[in-house]
Amino acid sequence: MKVIYTDSLVIGGGLAGLRIAIAAKQRGYDSIILSLMPAKRSHSAAAQGGMQASLGAGIKGEGDDEEIHFEDTVKGSDWGCDQDVARMFVNTAPKAIRQLTAWGVPWSRVNKGDRDVIINGKKVTITEKNEAHGLITSRDFGGTKKWRTCYTSDGTGHTMLYAMDNKAIELEIPVHERKEAIALIHEDGVCHGAVVRDLITGELIAYVARATTIATGGYGRLYSVTTNAVISEGIGNAIALETGVACLGNMEAVQFHPTAIVPVGILTTEGCRGDGGLLLDKDGYRFMPDYEPGKKELASRDVVSRRMTEHMRKGKGVSSRYGDHLWLDITLLGRKHIEKNLREVKEICEYFLGVDPVTDYIPVRPTQHYSMGGIRTKATGESPTLKGLFSAGEAACWDMHGFNRLGGNSVAETVVAGMIVGEYVADHCQNNSLNINTKLIEKFMDQETAKISTLLKRERGENPYELKKEMQQIMMDKVGIFRNETDLVQAVEELKVLHQRSKNVALRNKISSSNPELVEAIRVPKMIKLAQCVAYGAMLRKESRGAHAREDFPERNDRDWLKRTLTYWKDDNNDLPEVEYEALDVMKMEMPPGSRGYGVDQTIHHPDTEQRVAQMEEIKKENPGADRFELQRLFNPIEIPEKFRGKNERIGRGFK
Amino acid sequence: MSDQEIKNEQERVLKFNILRFNPQVKGDTPVMKTYDVTEAPGMTIFIALNDIRENQEPSLQFDFICRAGICGSCGMVINGSPDLACRTLTSKFPDGEITLLPLPGFELIGDLSVNTGKFMRGMTERVEGWVHDDMAEHVDLDRLEERMDPDVADDIYELERCVECGCCISACATKRMREGFLGAVGFMRLARYYLDPRDKRTDSDYYELIGDDDGVFGCMTLLGCQDYCPKDLPHQTQIAFLRKKMALVK
Repeated sequence: MKVIYTDSLVIGGGLAGLRIAIAAKQRGYDSIILSLMPAKRSHSAAAQGGMQASLGAGIKGEGDDEEIHFEDTVKGSDWGCDQDVARMFVNTAPKAIRQLTAWGVPWSRVNKGDRDVIINGKKVTITEKNEAHGLITSRDFGGTKKWRTCYTSDGTGHTMLYAMDNKAIELEIPVHERKEAIALIHEDGVCHGAVVRDLITGELIAYVARATTIATGGYGRLYSVTTNAVISEGIGNAIALETGVACLGNMEAVQFHPTAIVPVGILTTEGCRGDGGLLLDKDGYRFMPDYEPGKKELASRDVVSRRMTEHMRKGKGVSSRYGDHLWLDITLLGRKHIEKNLREVKEICEYFLGVDPVTDYIPVRPTQHYSMGGIRTKATGESPTLKGLFSAGEAACWDMHGFNRLGGNSVAETVVAGMIVGEYVADHCQNNSLNINTKLIEKFMDQETAKISTLLKRERGENPYELKKEMQQIMMDKVGIFRNETDLVQAVEELKVLHQRSKNVALRNKISSSNPELVEAIRVPKMIKLAQCVAYGAMLRKESRGAHAREDFPERNDRDWLKRTLTYWKDDNNDLPEVEYEALDVMKMEMPPGSRGYGVDQTIHHPDTEQRVAQMEEIKKENPGADRFELQRLFNPIEIPEKFRGKNERIGRGFK
Repeated sequence: MSDQEIKNEQERVLKFNILRFNPQVKGDTPVMKTYDVTEAPGMTIFIALNDIRENQEPSLQFDFICRAGICGSCGMVINGSPDLACRTLTSKFPDGEITLLPLPGFELIGDLSVNTGKFMRGMTERVEGWVHDDMAEHVDLDRLEERMDPDVADDIYELERCVECGCCISACATKRMREGFLGAVGFMRLARYYLDPRDKRTDSDYYELIGDDDGVFGCMTLLGCQDYCPKDLPHQTQIAFLRKKMALVK
């Protein structure tokens, strides 16, 4: 039995995983990162448009600060987020971006003087201040009051990931590549590491650690068309679920991005619209202002995706052999801008569509993009029910996104959560020694060995690729942008059947070493369980909130549903997950539930909301001289690791 | 496109000749195998290889991650040229015959999958591809970031667009003759830090890393790197630049 011991085991080598390993290492704890592939190939690299941080250096970001970023994030989440976490996040984001600057990210910078930009379809000249010259600049993104999204051309994720991985290499943090964690080792509510399969040799290895962090990204590949990388299959989430002890949060919260290209689903960044691009229908008509006169194309992602779908349902889509789509028009931005700030978009259009976005429209439609749900954690990043198990980034439901994530807040979350959770992981390593009976390791290793050998021995059975396709189609057709009871009930029933069938997978290629079919056979039953969590959670949630849009329950219902879905799979013989709910406490909110300002407000209010609003007014009155920092502490005092508590400086404003 | 054209396009049967070899299986030997795939509109090599794996050859090994030309996983030799398979459309090949080989210059994992990760980590360690600044860990994260000239930031990004796909290494004749040769990916990484005012290394520090025949003086200037870089990075000018700078050291 091969066993590898370390202090901090990190599963996943994207931005969040790397940052956590760095934090633990800098505090003196050994870290090992497991990755399916070289860390620099992680899906973090595909984030194009940018990272939100309220630096407010550019003229269109002037006046920005933590409070406005907080408001945008909470509103964007449709009040479904954990406001403690959103607060930690907005306060730390400027520090995260400044640290990445020191580590080498070549952020695009403010250039003093005049420049032409496109706002609301028209050319406008804006003048950047001399004193801001050379600071990090930012662009406009959906659902934000200020231009807050910092970027490197449209390769932001790439440059962040390269800087982060290079830092990890500098710190001599080992990345064990082509390794897949297939089960967690745990006992009596404590996680001790993972059973890991070497994807080249097929060997099983036990990695035993004081702290185990899952940072494996989202579960977009549960859907047949997604912008996500082929490895975004949610396996990290699934192994947490399969412990029966850890739980997943808000799995039904799945985001659809408005502008993925048709048919392959590759993303074109929100920066296209942020920089002035428009959405047009089959008549070349700009339809978004009719639906959302305020934010137009730059409404929150869930809103734009629904409006596009509505418009296509009215027969205004462009028909193609791949179904209807709409147009994204960035021709008005001009060649120079596109070739400098949207060059990945240009490359993608050229290679996959054979069109030049400088002169041609881009065929787009809403496509699965982001998983707000994931492993439920406390604000420290630790599972509330499985000690020693941490999670961060898209894999986690740390819960700063609630039911809809703002563009630019995902890569920001990875590095901010990496910093904060990384400190708590290091604290955990400091306070807990490794104490494990080798019999326990053996038990988990034997279980996984037996499962694999059963798979390899079975003569006849289900084809894992077929099962996966059927699952992806069910999710696409019945658990998509608009949802309803009939479809969801069907989806839940059909997935139950798939779940049973997935217990009888057989392989054509019966070798235990490097074998893609075996990898699929191990993953697909796990993916089906996750799909069941998403569909079942969606069926039970009888309201519309953020990206979860029920045609039969169009209102947001704070009275009955201001709560987080928690999903467990406690007994492996069950054919459905168990669902519990965790109420959000309005009386602790800095920003009590209100209207997001899109369409008609149909909210059914929570009984505490009025009381909380009055209480906050009272606090304000009692503390007339309090500044925004003092008020925030009075409204909702929160814990942030000490090293990140300082106020953030801004040009022209100092630390105020 | 008329209906007739669509029909013809759909009916084309592609021939994929693929190198098959699994070093993990004792006694296995390399062999070329041919697979027929019915072409679909907009088909890429990514789609075709998955089709082959799912329907004909479940043991076929290859690497794709982003399938959007961003992550650099899927470098392979396509009809004689190293390139990214995910964004190569099958319609590019008029005779419908496509031969795929793993990238040379890297450890073979199996079939079309090679271990670029091990190579690239080694490259980063060798050139110490990170910001060298003793003050970086003492930066006050609460204060305004260090300013940078906007044009310099843009220029650094131009060189940082490398996705470490390995095509330049496979296309390099010097690398074939000289095992320890750093290769264009390493020069590009260093050129990127050379340009970066945050990196405090001096010319003689750089000379220690690349001032020999395994470094920038070994390049025979055949420039396969320039010809085959999927990201069109300026390898030629950067290698020339580094060579000039290094020639002036000492």
